[in-house]
Amino acid sequence: MCGIVGLLVKNPKMRANIGELMLPMLIGMTERGPDSAGLAVFGAAVGADERKFSLYTGELDFNWQKLSHDFLTHLGSKVINFAQKANHAVLTTHLEPETVKIWLKEHYPQVHLLAIGQLMDIYKDVGTPAEVAARYDFSQLSGSHLVGHTRMATESAITPAHAHPFTAGQDWCLVHNGSLSNAPSLRRKLQHEGICFETDNDTEAACRFLEWRMREGDDLKTALEHGFEELDGFYTLLMGTKDQLALVRDPFACKPAVVAVHDDYVAIASEFRSLAHLPDIKNAKVFEPSPKEMYVWKV
Amino acid sequence: MSDTPNKIPQTEPHQSATFDKLTNSQIRRAAATGIYDIRGGGAKRKLPHFDDLLFLGASMSRYPLEGYREKCGTDVVLGTRFAKKPIHLKTPVTIAGMSFGALSAPAKEALGRGASAVGTSTTTGDGGMTPEERGQSKTLVYQYLPSRYGMNPDDLRKADAIELVVGQGAKPGGGGMLLGQKISARVAKMRCLPEGIDQRSACRHPDWTGPDDLEIKIAEIREITDWEKPIYVKIGATRPYFDVALAVKAGADVIVLDGMQGGTAATQEVFIEHVGIPILAAIRPAVQSLQDLGMHRKVQLIVSGGIRNGADVAKALALGADAVAIGTAALIALGDNDPELEAEYNKLGTTAGAYDDWHEGRDPAGITTQDPELMKRLDPVKAGHRLANYLTVMTMEAQVIARACGKSHLHNLEPEDLVALTIEASAMAKVPLAGTNWIPGESKF
Amino acid sequence: MESLKYDLAKIPLREVNQFLHSDASLLNGKHIEINNPNGAHNIAVGLKSEAIVTIHGHAGYYAAGMNQIADVTIEGSVGSGVAENMMSGRVHVKGFASNAAGATANGGLLVIDGDAGLRCGISLKGADIVVGGSVGSFSAFMAQAGNMVILGDAGEGLGDSIYEARLFVRGKVISLGADCEVKTMSLEDRKILVDLLERSGHGDVSPESFTLYGSARTLYHFNVAKSGAY
Repeated sequence: MCGIVGLLVKNPKMRANIGELMLPMLIGMTERGPDSAGLAVFGAAVGADERKFSLYTGELDFNWQKLSHDFLTHLGSKVINFAQKANHAVLTTHLEPETVKIWLKEHYPQVHLLAIGQLMDIYKDVGTPAEVAARYDFSQLSGSHLVGHTRMATESAITPAHAHPFTAGQDWCLVHNGSLSNAPSLRRKLQHEGICFETDNDTEAACRFLEWRMREGDDLKTALEHGFEELDGFYTLLMGTKDQLALVRDPFACKPAVVAVHDDYVAIASEFRSLAHLPDIKNAKVFEPSPKEMYVWKV
Repeated sequence: MSDTPNKIPQTEPHQSATFDKLTNSQIRRAAATGIYDIRGGGAKRKLPHFDDLLFLGASMSRYPLEGYREKCGTDVVLGTRFAKKPIHLKTPVTIAGMSFGALSAPAKEALGRGASAVGTSTTTGDGGMTPEERGQSKTLVYQYLPSRYGMNPDDLRKADAIELVVGQGAKPGGGGMLLGQKISARVAKMRCLPEGIDQRSACRHPDWTGPDDLEIKIAEIREITDWEKPIYVKIGATRPYFDVALAVKAGADVIVLDGMQGGTAATQEVFIEHVGIPILAAIRPAVQSLQDLGMHRKVQLIVSGGIRNGADVAKALALGADAVAIGTAALIALGDNDPELEAEYNKLGTTAGAYDDWHEGRDPAGITTQDPELMKRLDPVKAGHRLANYLTVMTMEAQVIARACGKSHLHNLEPEDLVALTIEASAMAKVPLAGTNWIPGESKF
Repeated sequence: MESLKYDLAKIPLREVNQFLHSDASLLNGKHIEINNPNGAHNIAVGLKSEAIVTIHGHAGYYAAGMNQIADVTIEGSVGSGVAENMMSGRVHVKGFASNAAGATANGGLLVIDGDAGLRCGISLKGADIVVGGSVGSFSAFMAQAGNMVILGDAGEGLGDSIYEARLFVRGKVISLGADCEVKTMSLEDRKILVDLLERSGHGDVSPESFTLYGSARTLYHFNVAKSGAY
């Protein structure tokens, strides 16, 4: 099972510290999710014709410099920015996403593309939340909003790829607490529709389902309404997009969620424990979201 | 000369294997009543089971131990992970959870007497703890079920261990069931229900769902009992690899794994026969899960579902279990389905060995009934003796086998002491087909 | 009246709970304050004395779980299963309660000033629950005995498979569960309601503004005609 956290910082002065604010939230969810952790942070936007690529490798002593160098040599395009920490890097470039994807697959199959976005970076790996946070320096992150997750694997393996967040398209991600009971059938149906899967994780099935609906023209709300009909099982879903956080609970609402709305921020977590240390939490409006309703908070 | 017209040979009357007599009678019953068939017991159809495994006794390369003089230990400690007071048993054969309500008070008392005489534990069921059982049972495991019938903190503190029931082998995913005939005044009071009604039951716990919340629930029970007692988590065998891992992560001290042969007081026939997997198929994945987490022997594994004799005990332990639990077998030892009562079984439309309509509460043996007249037939002292004898025999049988394999303790039995007679058993138990090195799925033929 | 103070930011919960499990003679009549709960789970579980406990802040799951005799007040909100399986005594939540509030409670009084989440009073076994706000869906599911007083609304499936518990609801009920129906309030019922309103600080609320719901008792015996309800 799992723990989820979400944070949207309304107060621009606090955005530089989003990582610091979030860290105790994530660590607070360690018991719910000791196997792996991840988060998606929405920070400063790169130029309209630029994109950020979050990259991950299982090789701990990977030669990132070589990758950066090869990028220039093979593709003839300079890397605009390259931020690397441990086995993770964020690469910014003008190049078309498809071009980058193909190049990575061909030349660096050991590097996984976690996300593409103008604002969004994704980090995820196996280890306790504290280990993952230290590995990638989560406390130093800045941005307007983020979505985080701690994982206790139920039926699929513990690998970095199986960790959340999952992403569908650019600047869009999802985390999940619960267990879908019809994930394999959903996967088969979506594969038939041409959607590709990376893992057998039931959360990915939910993510790709929404990806499919949005591809078919649904807005997020309509996509989720379809979800109520087709997704079976228990789920609290938290999604992050360019400018908003969205939260929804299934009709049975067995998996928990708590929200704190404050003038400076909106915070979401599986348990109140993770919100208890936020600044001035005493004056936040704390409530539980109702089942089957979509809650949206905009930056 | 051709045969005369009157003597044309007929073919033998041929019953269908698909539409056999049992199936046809089930269809007729459904057509007559419009409601599913409810019965007690576990899966009755033939399943891959321990009988399909054999031990490789000592020969030239292995040496046996002498009976009597050369000791073969049978003791087991349960709950070493977190509990201040783990449980020490003299034999690895324990008595599984069966409710007061499903069983009569004398039956519960007999189970307590028999188990205590040989130094093992009994378990309460879906109805709470009776003073008789707590009085008679030296070591008592208290079940914590979705229904919470009779659950209270005083009994929690009186228990020697607490067994949090997620499911059972007969009906993984189902709740308890007790029909009106057995909701006597006493049962009704304990369960807080109106007398004589049919008890409907929840299949999920009311205040937690999922291993992440189970972790918090286990912590609550530990806090209430000041961390003294081992916490067991019982699961019906379905996805044992994942379930065991999650139970460990949620903080269990002991895991109880119940295969589809495990009995129930009452549930739908289709549930018993078609949901859940045989215990033989469940043990290795469960043990593998513990091993992968480095928790084998640190979180103990009790298996149940069709354990009948010392050979079954030895095989379960050889495959990696720390102990076993018996339910159906214990009832038979007490006197359930005894051929001496054949005339009475016939009156009920059945025969000794086949009687399973326990929910009707008319058990001639006085075991699965609440009828005061029928209950009188069961002498708890005598029945307790019978159970003690049976438990002793099971333990001794396991020792005989272990000694023959050169083991000075039952726990030293291992998978390599076993071979399989069938391909299914070989694949499930992950031991080679007898006379070969082949384990389907694991090694090349 | 002096009170004993415990700060959960400094002292482990186990120590606090262990103290709260001391012999009743040491705790009877004592005021105990617990500060900085910060959503911790299992605070003040398994009490069995005439202690008066106040939790200053929000508690997590199972606050005052399996309470006996004691008086516990949470000056904030609580997570799932507050006062679950309570046997007696009184638990008062000043904020809101999450799911399964008062689950399987056998006796005593649970008062929630705000809303309660889904499955409030699930499998109730004789306790009384008074909710100042509304309750979520599937509340009083399989409620066997006891009384629930809801001043606000109820969600879907109220009292599904209910046995003999009484549900007094002042607001709207989105939908009733299987075998739950409107009942005529007898004088006896009314007395119970008045008493509970009094004891929960709602003595000014008129009992006439409530509707009583209870079991239709058509599922008490397995019945082919009702097979859809199973």
